[in-house]
Amino acid sequence: MSEPLLAVRDLNVTYRSEAGAVPAVRGVSFDLAPGETLGLAGESGCGKSTIAGALLRVLPRGTEVTGEVLLDGEDVLGMKPGRLRAVRWTEMSIVFQGALHALNPVQRVGDQIAEAIEVHRTAENSETRVAELLETVGMPARRAGDFPHQLSGGQRQRILIALALACNPRILIADEPTTALDVMVQAQVLELLERLQKELALSMIFITHDLSTLSYVCRRTAVMYAGRIIEEGLADEVFARPKHPYTAALAAAFPLIGDRSHRMNPSGLAGDPPDPRAIPSGCPFHPRCTVAVAECTNADVELWPAGEGRQAACIHVLDCAVR
Amino acid sequence: MTSIAWDRRRRAFRRGWAEYRSDREGIVGLVVLGLFFAVALLAPLLADGSELRAVNTTDNPVWAPPTEFRPLGTDNLGRPIYDQLVYGSQVSLLIGIAATLIAIVIGTVVGVAAGFFGGWTDAVLSRLSEWFLVIPFIPLAIVLAATLGPSLRNIIFVIGVTSWPVTARLIRAQVLTIKQRLYVERSRALGASGAHVMGRHILPNVMPLVIANATLTVPIAILSETTLAFLGLGDPLRVSWGSMLEDAFSAGALGREAWWWYLPPGLCVIAVVLAFTLVGRAIETILDPRLRAGWRG
Amino acid sequence: MSVRFVVGKVLGALATLTFVLVFNFFLFRVVSSNPVATLYRGRNLTDAQREELTRQFGLDGSQWEQFARYVEQTLQLNLGRSYATNQPVVDEIWAAAPQTIALVGTATLLSMVVGILMGISAGWRRGTARDRTLTSSAMVTWSTPDFWLGMILLTFFAVRLGLFPTGGIEDPSSGATGVEKLLDQAWHMALPCLTLAIAYVGEFALVMRSSILDVVREDYLTLARAKGLRDTSANSRHAVRNALLPSTALIAINFGFVLSGAIAVETVFSWPGLGLLTTEALRGPDLPMLQGLFLVFSASVIVFNLFADLLYPFLDPRVRYA
Repeated sequence: MSEPLLAVRDLNVTYRSEAGAVPAVRGVSFDLAPGETLGLAGESGCGKSTIAGALLRVLPRGTEVTGEVLLDGEDVLGMKPGRLRAVRWTEMSIVFQGALHALNPVQRVGDQIAEAIEVHRTAENSETRVAELLETVGMPARRAGDFPHQLSGGQRQRILIALALACNPRILIADEPTTALDVMVQAQVLELLERLQKELALSMIFITHDLSTLSYVCRRTAVMYAGRIIEEGLADEVFARPKHPYTAALAAAFPLIGDRSHRMNPSGLAGDPPDPRAIPSGCPFHPRCTVAVAECTNADVELWPAGEGRQAACIHVLDCAVR
Repeated sequence: MTSIAWDRRRRAFRRGWAEYRSDREGIVGLVVLGLFFAVALLAPLLADGSELRAVNTTDNPVWAPPTEFRPLGTDNLGRPIYDQLVYGSQVSLLIGIAATLIAIVIGTVVGVAAGFFGGWTDAVLSRLSEWFLVIPFIPLAIVLAATLGPSLRNIIFVIGVTSWPVTARLIRAQVLTIKQRLYVERSRALGASGAHVMGRHILPNVMPLVIANATLTVPIAILSETTLAFLGLGDPLRVSWGSMLEDAFSAGALGREAWWWYLPPGLCVIAVVLAFTLVGRAIETILDPRLRAGWRG
Repeated sequence: MSVRFVVGKVLGALATLTFVLVFNFFLFRVVSSNPVATLYRGRNLTDAQREELTRQFGLDGSQWEQFARYVEQTLQLNLGRSYATNQPVVDEIWAAAPQTIALVGTATLLSMVVGILMGISAGWRRGTARDRTLTSSAMVTWSTPDFWLGMILLTFFAVRLGLFPTGGIEDPSSGATGVEKLLDQAWHMALPCLTLAIAYVGEFALVMRSSILDVVREDYLTLARAKGLRDTSANSRHAVRNALLPSTALIAINFGFVLSGAIAVETVFSWPGLGLLTTEALRGPDLPMLQGLFLVFSASVIVFNLFADLLYPFLDPRVRYA
């Protein structure tokens, strides 16, 4: 097996707040091969967006980050400021959720893209490059002179994608790129991402809580809960035949349009994800789990092999009792 | 009012109070205010009112520093500074609160009417508040005070009548937000009358903002009274912290370096104004969670 | 920015000015219904003399006739004559205005620069000791009555230490001219200017700090860092520029209040500006003077508000293309 492009080892992120330390990511490890698309799924607050920020080290000042983020063998977390700034955007970039304030409201969008190009000097003429990028994402070049509030949600998302591609990165981290867009626009953006990935041979980390879009774009996926990865494997397999009770619940909660039996019998999951400051002992999912047993309350759960190319952090995997 | 609504409000209030308790500055402000209010209410017990009149103080030394005459010295007519300070708190606090009440009532009525009725009412009322905002406050207050004559009631009236536009604008914006909320629409769809909607939905939701705004208007009112009194427009029969400063200035206390006369009143004003501001900010933080430190949205 | 927008704002300003004119007139009519009697108290006037004086002061005729005359004269920039000095009000105001503008203008500029820097520094380091110190200082100075601060500074630096003069604008006996005279005036202006600057700094600092706090949370700032910008570039280009927007509105408004902002402080330092003119006019009451001053103060605010309204769209594109 070739060397992974990105190797995350035992990543831990703890926020500092007035209420004390908040562990958002607890011991996460995963690999990303060149040209691969990895999905990170989970509900809000499970830590997936924090990982995006941790990889580029743009989390708020004072946040504690430990572990290793090996980009081609070089640890991003250990980089000096100068090297880090050079690596940002040119090797890895983030496509943020296209909310209104992801872009500077008083600056023209073309200038915001040009800024990235000029900081890294990746093109001779930033104006032509900006026009190129806009074309690539399917927007007319003249829109470079617009301000963010003059664009629709879908258009802003495309601008953010163009911005992320400005310095020809090898890894694209898409953080909830289609949330808050309506379904038609979502489909367009997903198509765009898929096309770009193939044309530019990008590696992608796709972060979302929307499982339907994830299966569309990603080959492999990891499911997160309470700051940990609790299942990993091929996306289709993971959702069709989940090995972890949480994954099963997550997959079941998504309504299948057209499936009458599902419509008449929607399955939700009782309770809420745990507060990061008060994570239950043992398996963090056990208070909401329908198949929990006595050991789940205090056993040390970790990712155990659960089939070909699959891992799951459930005690039942050990005795293959859950199908 | 249904008991469900009251229950909810009581719970919200208790939650608010629990939060307030954790705000250190808010508590400090509350304690300081409590102290000053206690002094104002207990003034007759804490100080000698007769010593405020020059006729009674002919036996006292004049211009006496605190080392000569306990506890805070005397002024040019032998009146003890301490007694003036204690009784002054009554006037300053009274004017601050009464004026704010007037401003808040006018401001809330105008703001709610403008926001709720919209159309012509809104256009007219908004224009009116804008006009009042443009007129510089001190000159207007000076002119009104000079016109109506210097008395306690008039000063309260003047400050109240010039301070309402800020409140009105704030309340109007809030009412517009509330008006758009679904439950108001639903209520009207059910056939509720304007008065019902206003009383049951708009007013209760505007109240917290009104309270926060009031707490932040009082310090401004107190500062205004201090300035007006200094310029000679206060009630000549009453002692206030501002009038003490006026007396000191015109008696030439500055040249004589009689700091014990004019330093304490200013410090008291700063303390009370600061305390009200801290309390107001604490209330604001409770109402708008985004103001809280460490909020991560 | 459309012509309609500009015209709309200008018309609005004119409407407000008209309101002020009308308000001004009727307000002062309430102040004293018979100033001739007040001013010439104790002097025996014949009826003819009284009539003549009444006519001279423009108080003859009905209210409406007086109002019409008032509007006509105001539009010709004739604000009447001072009861006290019998000089044209316009001249007196014109003579006193530069002193006030110099004093309050300088103080506003100073407090603006210092206040904004304080606010930025505090906002960036929220929750730290530096932030707490700066915010507390801002709140304390905001709570301080400006003229009282002046009294304290005057006592300490002028009376006790003798470092600064105790009042006025210049030393009348020195006979200095040219640059020396300016320096003397500047030395006289130092304390009152410092007083006002300290009094104003709090508001600028607090507003700027809260803008920075709003901006710091925004995604576009994280994006700027992620793009590879240095922290300082990201901060100045994205954060501070956006955070300055609310402050510009405040700055414009404050300049509008420049003329009327120092009435009490000018009194404490005997600074011969519009503020001192106002307190002296109050003693009469010198009606035409008060009326003229009031008009000038209000007009200044209206003009600067208009200026701020017209300037803002240039700074904030969201308003421009609303």
